[in-house]
Amino acid sequence: MLSLIVFLPIIAGLVILAVPSSQKQIIRIVSLLAAVAQCVLAVLIWQGYDAALPGITAAAGGAPEGSFQFIERLPWISLDLGSFGSLNIEYFLGVDGLSITMVILTALISAIGVLSSWPIQKQVKGYFILYNLLATAMMGCFVALDFFLFYVFWELMLLPMYFLIGIWGGPNREYAAIKFFLYTLFGSVFMLLVMIGLYFSVIDPVTGNHTFSLVAMASQENYIKDAILGPDSVMWRYAAFIVLFIGFAIKVPMFPFHTWLPDAHVEAPTPISVILAGVLLKLGTYGMMRINFPLFPEVFQASLYVIGVLGAINIIYGAFCALAQQDLKKMVAYSSISHMGYVLLGLAAANSEGMVGALYQMFNHGTITAMLFLLVGVIYDRAHTRQIDKFGGLATYMPVYAAVVTIAWFASLGLPGLSGFISEAFVFVGAFSAETTRNIAIVSVLGIVFGAAYLLWSLQRMFLGKRKPDAAYDLEVGADGHEHIHFHDWKGKLDLDTRELVMLVPLAVIVIFLGIYPMPVMGLMTSSINKLVEVLSPVVMTALN
Amino acid sequence: MFQLPSGAEIESIIATLKSSVGFFVPEIWLSVLFMLLIVVDLAVKGRKNNLLASVTALGLAASFFFIYQQHSLATGEIFFGMYVLDEFALFFKYFFVISGIFAVLVSVADEQLNREVQSIGEYYALIVAMVVGMIMMASSTDLLMMFLSMELVGLTAYVLTGYLKKDARSSEAALKYLVYGSVSSGLMIYGFSLIYGMTAETNIMKISAELARHGYDPLVMMLASLLILAGFGYKIGAVPFHFWSPDVYEGAPTPITAYLSVGSKAAGFAILMRFFYVAIPHGGEPFQDIAGLDWLMLLIVLAVASMVYGNVVALWQKNVKRLLAYSSIAHAGYLLLGIIAMDELGTQATLFYLLGYLLMNIGAFYVVILIANRTGSENLDDYRGLGRKMPLAGAALTVFLISLVGLPPTIGFIGKLMIFSALLAKGSVYIWLALIGVLTSVIALYYYMLIPLNMYLRESKQPDDDHDRTAMVHQVALAVLMILTIYFGLFFAPLTDFAKASSAMFGLTIY
Repeated sequence: MLSLIVFLPIIAGLVILAVPSSQKQIIRIVSLLAAVAQCVLAVLIWQGYDAALPGITAAAGGAPEGSFQFIERLPWISLDLGSFGSLNIEYFLGVDGLSITMVILTALISAIGVLSSWPIQKQVKGYFILYNLLATAMMGCFVALDFFLFYVFWELMLLPMYFLIGIWGGPNREYAAIKFFLYTLFGSVFMLLVMIGLYFSVIDPVTGNHTFSLVAMASQENYIKDAILGPDSVMWRYAAFIVLFIGFAIKVPMFPFHTWLPDAHVEAPTPISVILAGVLLKLGTYGMMRINFPLFPEVFQASLYVIGVLGAINIIYGAFCALAQQDLKKMVAYSSISHMGYVLLGLAAANSEGMVGALYQMFNHGTITAMLFLLVGVIYDRAHTRQIDKFGGLATYMPVYAAVVTIAWFASLGLPGLSGFISEAFVFVGAFSAETTRNIAIVSVLGIVFGAAYLLWSLQRMFLGKRKPDAAYDLEVGADGHEHIHFHDWKGKLDLDTRELVMLVPLAVIVIFLGIYPMPVMGLMTSSINKLVEVLSPVVMTALN
Repeated sequence: MFQLPSGAEIESIIATLKSSVGFFVPEIWLSVLFMLLIVVDLAVKGRKNNLLASVTALGLAASFFFIYQQHSLATGEIFFGMYVLDEFALFFKYFFVISGIFAVLVSVADEQLNREVQSIGEYYALIVAMVVGMIMMASSTDLLMMFLSMELVGLTAYVLTGYLKKDARSSEAALKYLVYGSVSSGLMIYGFSLIYGMTAETNIMKISAELARHGYDPLVMMLASLLILAGFGYKIGAVPFHFWSPDVYEGAPTPITAYLSVGSKAAGFAILMRFFYVAIPHGGEPFQDIAGLDWLMLLIVLAVASMVYGNVVALWQKNVKRLLAYSSIAHAGYLLLGIIAMDELGTQATLFYLLGYLLMNIGAFYVVILIANRTGSENLDDYRGLGRKMPLAGAALTVFLISLVGLPPTIGFIGKLMIFSALLAKGSVYIWLALIGVLTSVIALYYYMLIPLNMYLRESKQPDDDHDRTAMVHQVALAVLMILTIYFGLFFAPLTDFAKASSAMFGLTIY
């Protein structure tokens, strides 16, 4: 099941390879079919998922069965390394509460991304091959339970992303693409070294061999005492934690490693922005929760305050930057930085409320930001500009668009009744109840205020009032006596067309529904989060020492 | 002074020679092939480029049979300890024959070479001679034999580098290569003479025994190691013995560049490993060395300098062949890391990395040749828009470059993984080396990506037809190389097992 959901897009990519490049519609439909099939599979997995099982670590006895679900485990490569025993790499997939939410999100956003890619005309074949490769890599990252496999999927994302920004991006795309590539690779090469170090430090309790299994690595009793990342090697464990954290923080992106994100978003085509903000950023925080924290829980406990402060900086700094932007897409990009700060803050709380809030925020941010970027794309398609002050009074002429924008904007600022509110509330409850992060939480609340400021201000400037003299569209009085607006060289429907509605309405429904009744998603994650909090708790560590 | 040997001695010498010949069949076959090529060249009239290439390729392929048969022979010394047959040598025999076949294949692809060169017969004969020389480099266990085999490789390489007589760059490159080569050979033979002076032996096993028995002056040993490293370092193209490589890589006919970058480098690594591992296995220990400096320390300096210098200077290159030259300097640094680990895992990693390097570097140069056939240029600027005009070549080159960076799922990633695993398996002593290794590979990403950047992200300046005229045979060969690069990045066990089985060296005591 999981293999299928991971490799469906790449199979579609291979099919597309055989389709002549002039058959653009067939290529698009093949991609869409794969994406829809992925969604169906995600729903099936969701239905079959038993939310009571904890995940994170192995069940009693060291086997992942009974803790993880939908496990697929095959020996992939087994190498004889002489005196170092054998190198065992497994094809090891499985889901728990952490990953199932992300699997659902990834399937959803991938499908929306395909729809959003429909108008792309340039090198359609190449585009969809790369897009499908990216979709496979993303999904693979979330379900891989072998560190080696995870790393392969993690790095596999970079190249398609580079080309998708670099070929189909805006005017400054070369710079943005290579900056993205270099930043993420810089983060991940350290991960490679830590991965090797962990391999030599961890023994799979079932087989007695060294292992790359993340499940075995998450239990501290599987570490060799005097190995390089074993419990005695305090300095290297700190070093490993820090470099892993930086590697994942670049992806989040966390201040001060965030500078690639606005560039990448501004240059990327709309669907790629949606994927980037909707899924890729979550890989950073997912990596922290799956790998970085549970593997080095004592270092995590020692760095709670730092992580919390960095989260608060993200929240406030991101909001300030968003406030200063003239380019709507850049504003949304900085709002992403701000909102991912809540995730970091929730993680720093290190209690169930905060962690549930963080994971739920990851899901909600995925859906809400996808909406935001789609909406930015809608107006950019029509006006060929994203400058906020080139619009005005749009609510009068594009009422449906304005309505959807309002839902998305209010969800983003955390209006009660919409999903963003619940996750942010949980984050703050968690952060406030934890001793270490209480003061940070108090300061971070300011982020909500600034968030409301830039969102409401942009809403007011673009949608309310009257058309500005230098606006990106003309005002005409139609035959019926009403005023209409007209975008230069835009032949399509003025307000949202069917394709755009198909993308946006499901997202809006999800955002509203999960704001009123969060349990369908939140219920999946609670037992895993409780387990994670237990694994990370200092009590366990003292017991080990 | 010089005594004539007695009759009995002569008889025993002849008997040893006779018995040794049986262990020397692949080399003899290749020497026959060398002469056969010259005869065919003389006998056949008219245009015969493809005929000669086929004879060479088939002849090289036939030598697989003779090499394969050597697996059943006992490992050991032959020709009075001049030469050895062991798993390590066998690995390199396969390696050089395969790279020789690839060299022939890319030579056929190169239109400029086939157009401008009149006497292509000697060209292929010299490639075969170089294969023989490199095989002998990997198998020599005597200082004299080592020197002779290195000179055989060197001399053929000088001639091949200058093969494009009408091209001034080619002649310049050959001259530079010759001058640098002579100097480093001179330094190396001086180092050999110091070793001989200390031990009165030329066989590396006996040198090792003598050094262990009598001890040595650390200062002289240090000097000798340094001088010998000058010779080996020149062959592997490591900083600071790299000065020849950018000019030679740029000026030489591209097939020869490809061949030198893989074959000659691997031969240098083979001889370096065998000499230092067997002759001076303990570095400074158990004897006190000056300030802890031994050849291992020298190698660490060389490795770091090569990784940093090669990767940083490559950033400013505008010519793809020069860029790949600097990248090959950097790869010499990564390969040295595996040798520094000085254990079975390190040797295995080095050998595996060489296999990966063979695939991805030959592949990259293959595409460079195909692109030069179309555009007549190797400048980065002229690569603009080629990704759409030559879809397969562009995709293949991107895969090879990603592999050179060391990103999964390619063979280059597994190579780096093995090298860094070998370092980290030593505990925390070499973590800093691994750190330099990974950080420089981030730099490498930037300049390698300049090529796909030009091919895909930029439009070509002159509009011309989109028709891909690359011959089918080259398309197929390229696709095979590309698929292998990815395949062995996912299922690498056969190659790593082969590398592990090949890490056994005759007379080795360190692991």
